[in-house]
Amino acid sequence: MSGIIEQERYTCAIGALQSVVAIPKAVPILHSGPGCGNMIQGFFERSTGYAGGSTSPCTNFSEQEVVFGGIPRLKEIIANTYKVLDTELQVVLTGCTAGIVGDDVEALVEEFREQGKPIVAVETAGFKCNNFEAHSLVVNAIIDQYVGLFEEENPERSEKNTVNLFASVPYQDPFWKGNLGEYKRLLEGIGLKVHVLFGPKSGGVAEWQQIPRANFNILVSPWYGKPIAEHLEERYGQPYIHFPHIPIGANETERFLQQVLAFAVDQGARIDLSAAESFIGREHHAYYEEIDNLATFLLEFRYGLPNHVHILHDAGYVVGLSKFLLHEVGIVPKEQFVVDNTPAAFKAQIEAELKSTSDKRDIPLYFEPDAGKAQDVIRSLGHHGRGLIIGSGWDKELAREKDYDFLSASVPTPYRLVLTTNYAGFSGGLRVIEDIYDAVLATYR
Amino acid sequence: MSQINLQIPEVSIREARLGSITGFQGCAEELVKGSRCGLKDKNRSFSQCLGCSISQAACKVILVQDAVVISHGPVGCSSCFHEFAFTYRVNSPLRGVENPTQRKIFSTNLQETDTVYGGGQKLAAGIREAYERSGSNAIFVLTTCAAGIIGDDVESVCNEAEEELGVPVVAIFCEGFRSKVWTTGFDASYHGIARKLVKPARERRTDVINVINFWGSDIFSEWFAAFDAKPNYITPYSTVESLTWSSEAAATVQVCPTLGSYLGAALEQEFGVPEIKTAPPYGVAQTDRWFRALGKMLHKEKEAEDLIAAQKAKYLPQIASLREKLKGKTAYVTGGAAHGHALLSILGELGIKAKGAGIFHHDPIYDNGSEESDQLAQSVKDYGDVPNFNVCNKQEFELVNALNRLRPDVLLARHGGMTLWGAKLGIPSLLIGDEHYSMGYEGILRYGERILETLENDEFVKNLEKHAVNPYTKWWLEQAPYTFLDGGACK
Repeated sequence: MSGIIEQERYTCAIGALQSVVAIPKAVPILHSGPGCGNMIQGFFERSTGYAGGSTSPCTNFSEQEVVFGGIPRLKEIIANTYKVLDTELQVVLTGCTAGIVGDDVEALVEEFREQGKPIVAVETAGFKCNNFEAHSLVVNAIIDQYVGLFEEENPERSEKNTVNLFASVPYQDPFWKGNLGEYKRLLEGIGLKVHVLFGPKSGGVAEWQQIPRANFNILVSPWYGKPIAEHLEERYGQPYIHFPHIPIGANETERFLQQVLAFAVDQGARIDLSAAESFIGREHHAYYEEIDNLATFLLEFRYGLPNHVHILHDAGYVVGLSKFLLHEVGIVPKEQFVVDNTPAAFKAQIEAELKSTSDKRDIPLYFEPDAGKAQDVIRSLGHHGRGLIIGSGWDKELAREKDYDFLSASVPTPYRLVLTTNYAGFSGGLRVIEDIYDAVLATYR
Repeated sequence: MSQINLQIPEVSIREARLGSITGFQGCAEELVKGSRCGLKDKNRSFSQCLGCSISQAACKVILVQDAVVISHGPVGCSSCFHEFAFTYRVNSPLRGVENPTQRKIFSTNLQETDTVYGGGQKLAAGIREAYERSGSNAIFVLTTCAAGIIGDDVESVCNEAEEELGVPVVAIFCEGFRSKVWTTGFDASYHGIARKLVKPARERRTDVINVINFWGSDIFSEWFAAFDAKPNYITPYSTVESLTWSSEAAATVQVCPTLGSYLGAALEQEFGVPEIKTAPPYGVAQTDRWFRALGKMLHKEKEAEDLIAAQKAKYLPQIASLREKLKGKTAYVTGGAAHGHALLSILGELGIKAKGAGIFHHDPIYDNGSEESDQLAQSVKDYGDVPNFNVCNKQEFELVNALNRLRPDVLLARHGGMTLWGAKLGIPSLLIGDEHYSMGYEGILRYGERILETLENDEFVKNLEKHAVNPYTKWWLEQAPYTFLDGGACK
């Protein structure tokens, strides 16, 4: 996408510094202009973690570094980072300034690595790509420059029941922490050991070191993160199973778990199938106990509930939420907007995914990273009944204009605080229902 | 000699214009004295993420009611601007804006190919598209590091678009790498506004006073009513029209001499609007001086004296009783210049001892060239010296070290991110964002009551302290706070 965009719903490549922040005790070191870190912190909000935000070391490029290069400055900053901050992994990310000036950061970082430091370099100049794509660059750089050092103790595919999971992009998915935790719980429930790699449910850098041991990888994503799965396939011969949207609610979560089970068995994992099925069954029953109990409210509440929805989100949520809301809640997805700047190669597959939601209705789908434009489309529409918009903080204003209900579920949003909530899984579906109808019922006073 | 030059597109940076610095350690008095004979900046051999000029420039133009903003750069350079859209919406009732409209914020979304072939055409097309989609009365274009280094001719592109569209298209040069002093961003936006929006006065009005400020509550309407005048707020919640005729005001005041330094001086020098050079009204002594200066400027000395007398009769007894309750307490102040200096005056007034301060940068003099505007000098003169005065460039590691050593009873902050470290150390911490909150006689009372409340309600920080995560090494916390500053042990 090359034109101007309004109301960006993602940020630039250096935004992937949050993927470093999401690894326990890792620190991003920015070789960038002043303010890059600050911008990213402002985009995601409450995103400082262990050593992100104003704690992150940064060379704060000035005219001097632009003219003469910033390597001496970076060398000093890295060396002193070891004195000031207690960290287990350092990832140097470059900004536009370093990118244009052409500093050889990799060579410098190699010097520190030779001294035994757990340090990685990755190019993330803002003009290079967005943070969805840069997430893969960061992860692959850590695999090549850090995980690779521990291969002897961690033989390839040596644990048949262990998997690496790549799903949420940390912070870009506001529910990343909760989602990763829920995927882990579900996959353990069917008999797997799971490396989630990010957040408090991961085992930190020790878990990263064991990435090669996994028998296979699980990718839950419409498109982002795919280069990681491909890279691991090439590097460690680990095959991967690709589930192309976020499984929200019972239908998709069960489909996801069944696919993983079949794949795991295929790959030689030792799975107690009856125990796995019984775990899924228990989750299923607990879920439908709630839906059963809720149905009366959904069918009978006479003062008005939303009957249709527009979602502005990344493709994984747009498809996942559309399927869930139509079949498990009864809210009809109307025009949907994928605002993640999906690369052209993936659009047809995402369209097909959304189309498979229903064989009796069309759900118009727009790929529109210019979310201001997406909003103008919604402004021009009128559907019967009470509408719901699920999107970022920007969309709260739109919802008010249209007198629609609103659920804040994507970045950037100053209107909602998310801690460990998950939208993925059985419990995630129930939480989406709670959030929608909390917002709806709050309009009655 | 004045450094205001509206003929050139780019504002001269603070380091060059004012001799501003970002590193100093010593006491406040020493810094004030040094400011009169030239300060030498100090570098650090370790540094953490800073703010960028573009954010400061952006907050000044995004909140203009009927303008649109384009960031000319990669998409990341406008990442945090949604926060200003939020600010605009939630604070609008404070300024009587009943129907706040959606902020129109665009990015030219520069890609790798643009860094090779240039982004000028993309910007030209973007300006026209943004105009069509918003129909705004002015367009502000903010430059970024990438656009600056590849050498796009933003000024020409803006001028051509302005001619074609018939609305002001204002280039604001605020690339982060150009200045180490983030407040240069304010100057950049004011420079653009003074060059392109403000027109020569048609008349001189006696009933309008320019107030250069942020988005704080409207306290000036009530104050100015005593002088039969009303505030013209610049720039948050202004309109293109109100900015255009800010040249006609009777005077300009500002809530912070660092903030409005450039525009106050530009309005006086280029458009004949006299600036009240007396530093803003924080603390009793300075509030007296400020109202008197205002009365003198407006030829309403008697009204000023009446106002001072009435307000003092009302508030001084209450301040005195508050002072009793705060007796013996100590504080540490962190914030930008000069609001941080203003908070030191408030502390002085409340009888709280400042154990130290971490102020982000220091301007030895402002664009008006008047020592009267030096809020730190005023604070030191009225309330005495402050030890452990650090010009800290918002470096968190130095703040953590200093707080850990000094252990004040309360931490007072003005900018985000800093209170966390007070709290982690179990120190009650207070951030007041509204810069008007502690102004005037009543402000001392308001702020003092919040300090009292913060001191009393310390259960949260005491609990947090027990469980706080600390990424700083034991070694670092044992070093002197200025170890990495020029002249320190590791420099």
